[in-house]
Amino acid sequence: MAVGLPENVFLTKLDAAASWARANSLWPMPFATACCGIELMATAASRHDLARFGAEVMRFSPRQCDLLIVAGRVVMKMLPVLQRIWLQMPEPKWCISMGACACTGGVFDTYAVVQGIDRFIPVDMYVPGCPPRPEQLLAAVIEMQNKVKRTGTVYGREFAERTNPTGPPPFDRDELRRLREASAIEGLEVYTPPKVSAEL
Amino acid sequence: MLALKTLHDRFGYEITESSFRDNRRYTVPCGKVYHVLEFLWGECGFDMLADLTAVDYLEYPGATDRFGVVYVLVNTTTGQRLIVKTHLNPPESELPSVYPLWRSADWMEREVFDMFGITFAGHPDLRRILSPDEFTAHPLRKDYPLKGRGERHNFPVITRAES
Repeated sequence: MAVGLPENVFLTKLDAAASWARANSLWPMPFATACCGIELMATAASRHDLARFGAEVMRFSPRQCDLLIVAGRVVMKMLPVLQRIWLQMPEPKWCISMGACACTGGVFDTYAVVQGIDRFIPVDMYVPGCPPRPEQLLAAVIEMQNKVKRTGTVYGREFAERTNPTGPPPFDRDELRRLREASAIEGLEVYTPPKVSAEL
Repeated sequence: MLALKTLHDRFGYEITESSFRDNRRYTVPCGKVYHVLEFLWGECGFDMLADLTAVDYLEYPGATDRFGVVYVLVNTTTGQRLIVKTHLNPPESELPSVYPLWRSADWMEREVFDMFGITFAGHPDLRRILSPDEFTAHPLRKDYPLKGRGERHNFPVITRAES
């Protein structure tokens, strides 16, 4: 240690100090659209008490939040709203996809439901379950804290490297199969299918 | 109590009556449905349109017509209910709007248009009501695949680096 440094002075890296502060005061933005939202409320309530992990300040404005928790299925009409909320959140920000529906569409494999939000917005953590128990969400929040502490930097350099979408391409093999299954209707205008790469 | 004979005298013998439990149903050819409904509204006191919906009878056993459009009328003075039904077959898919008679037809006609693609002539604002404006299909038609035709995949994908 440097000579003359008093014992009450603590040396660390700026990245680590900032990440430590951020990790212990995550402000969630609850995007609760279905039954997972009930478990999210239970997580925040007294029995499971999200406040133990410094994440109890649920704000209903994306401009005050840094952790988006998508709890429940997202229909395609809602998706532009979700994307706008994500874009409105200030940096640094993270996203937890909670439950089977948000992660994969769950049992709702229909025309109206998005088959996994990670196809359209970046996701940091997936919570399995239908719906997940509050303990599972707490585990995800703790893991999120660990991730922030492990990879976080002051100016968010780690985000700039993530130039690929988190999820599979929206038009993937499943979609190609669906399109083949679907029979065409005479005279009914349907959308023009996007270009498919050769390996699909 | 409205007798079928009254309707027959006025609108011809194509109108048929059927009943299920205490529901009375009149089946009316689509060309006359507006006049019948106007008559029921103006002279028989059916002042409320409780429901307006449609059914797709594609591949339905025994069905002869493609679409059925159902009007559920209520006379709020006597409590009497009446169901008026009409059938449509493509390429004919337009009915006169009953918005001038009952204001409640506004959103219900929009819903039938959105889900079945049946248009209503004279509706003041016939837009999609449930699915997004860019949607091109009519999802409650039986020939529309349950999993869709990939309509949910036209959205932009946001990566972490650019958000």
